Amino acid sequence: MTQWKVILNIAKTHLLTKMKSTATASLGVTFGIGAYITLVSFMTGLNAMLDDLILNQTPHIHLYNEIQPTEKQPIALYDAFEGAFNVVHSVKPKQSQRKIHNALPILDYLKKDPEVKGATPQVRAQIFYLSGSIELGGNLIGVDIMEEVRLSNFRDYIVEGSPEDLQNLDNGILLGAGLAKKMSLSVGDRVQISTVRGDIFPLKIVGFYQSGIAEIDNIQSYANLATVQRILGEATNYITDINIKLNNIEAALPMSQMLEKQFNIKATDIKTANAQFETGTDIRNLITYAVSITLLIVAGFGIYNILNMLIYEKMNDIAILKATGFSGRDVQLIFMSQAMIIGLVGGILGLCIGFGLSVFIDQLPFDTEALPTIETFPVNFKVHYYVIGIVFALISTFIAGYLPSNKAKRIDPVRIIRGT
Amino acid sequence: MSPVLETKNINKYFRKPVDFHVLKDISFSIKKGEFASIMGKSGSGKSTLLYILSTMDTDYEGKLFLNNELVTGNSHQALSKIRNEHIGFVFQFHYLLSEFTVLENVMLPAKKLGVKTYQEIENDAKEKLEMLNIGHLGLKRASRISGGEKKRVAIARALINNPTILMGDEPTGNLDSFNAENVFQIFKRLKEEQGLSLLVVTHDYDFAKRTDRIIEMEDGRIISSGP
Repeated sequence: MTQWKVILNIAKTHLLTKMKSTATASLGVTFGIGAYITLVSFMTGLNAMLDDLILNQTPHIHLYNEIQPTEKQPIALYDAFEGAFNVVHSVKPKQSQRKIHNALPILDYLKKDPEVKGATPQVRAQIFYLSGSIELGGNLIGVDIMEEVRLSNFRDYIVEGSPEDLQNLDNGILLGAGLAKKMSLSVGDRVQISTVRGDIFPLKIVGFYQSGIAEIDNIQSYANLATVQRILGEATNYITDINIKLNNIEAALPMSQMLEKQFNIKATDIKTANAQFETGTDIRNLITYAVSITLLIVAGFGIYNILNMLIYEKMNDIAILKATGFSGRDVQLIFMSQAMIIGLVGGILGLCIGFGLSVFIDQLPFDTEALPTIETFPVNFKVHYYVIGIVFALISTFIAGYLPSNKAKRIDPVRIIRGT
Repeated sequence: MSPVLETKNINKYFRKPVDFHVLKDISFSIKKGEFASIMGKSGSGKSTLLYILSTMDTDYEGKLFLNNELVTGNSHQALSKIRNEHIGFVFQFHYLLSEFTVLENVMLPAKKLGVKTYQEIENDAKEKLEMLNIGHLGLKRASRISGGEKKRVAIARALINNPTILMGDEPTGNLDSFNAENVFQIFKRLKEEQGLSLLVVTHDYDFAKRTDRIIEMEDGRIISSGP
């Protein structure tokens, strides 16, 4: 029933004869959307990079034996004191091993679980790096290196050498980059390490490991699982940590709770371990959206103003249209379609500008010691931000257009024609 | 002959600035093919009546019939359609859409009606302009033509949907005598050649006395409704 062709034709004529106002109103939307796209691409790019930095080094589920006191102290088991108010001073941690009990069967079990992408055993050892008479405290982690490379982006963090080098050399070590700097060591050199018990082992440096987090790079190194077990003088079933990567990260929490019960072991999931990190990401997103929405509201007021003025100018035209048989709804549609055209054109231009700026930022060099894998500023080019952008533009122009056009709808033609 | 337009006991009040009874018990009818004029002093309510008859003003008491169908109480949407289809309106001021060409102005109501194809509408519009001797103006902008020409364009626009009745509010107002005569001749021709019903509000006695029937109003009442 609605004659869209006629309505759009009138809207088009209005917009074209008022080119300047149209351009101003569209540019408002363009800048709003352009800024939104640029901001959100850059911000989420940074977020993703930071997420990678922390989260990729955190397994989805981490199994280990925690040193802690038993929840039930022996006195609770003694019938004579049942129901009494018992106070225990100087509670000590439970006497137990650092290793995970029955680690190898647990590993086998996990590898068969279809939800699990992979499970890797690790041996953590407290050691000292010896450089002449200086002793530097640190960690040596024994890993199944090829399995680690498969399950995480471990390879990205090896700045010199390669994981295969470690795999091939039994007494090789991937030295933390910070340590290498402190001790002035380079690939191919030997470094001596000493265990807590005082045994000294020479290891050959096959590469450097740099996570980007100084605290880790200054103390942590990697070696083969069997090597570390040998250094500690332990059997091949001595495993202190199991890292699990799941197919679906959302399953981490329930699965960690289940594993904790099943194997009587401590299991932390990624969400719990990085709760404060998620908060940071959320707040950055919040800021991005707050800024973008502010820009769009400003653009919306621009459209509101311009349409309002247009409607005042076109009072006579509106009266004529109504007198010749256009209904209030038709008149409203004429002005609404003008607002929506401004929104659509401005929005699409904004997407283009946002995309252009994102590409530009993506080219800018961003060299930082802390992030070995990053060479340019990180930018996220996800399509759904563009969809959100154009929907934003249409919604804000719809609201900005609705109010003035509703006024045009209710204009009484008789009052205009009579001139009162 | 059956009436095309009929009113029964129409009353209207202005509430602002003070309560005022503008139209008092207006009942009359216009027959098909009749050329009637409404005369009266300023403030006698003749324009107010015309706007009620044109269905644009809905704030009144009483009943209005068009082609023997009750119009009063219809929704705004329905009234727009009735105006579009059955009523042609010529205003005192020209009131064309200044950004459109003359031809587009004339075509607009027909496009809104949406019964004919674009080509048919364009032919109709050209025909109407030709009939009013302004065929050559078709492609000019409406803001670029003279007052008398604008009035004729407005008449062409009022005729585009072949309405049941043509209404005019001071159609010869602010025109010189040559153009006023011209408009009268056009109206007369429309009545004679096409049997169109016309209802015109005017101040101009010379104009009114040549119409079929003069309805005289004073203080919101019809004091004589002609021969």
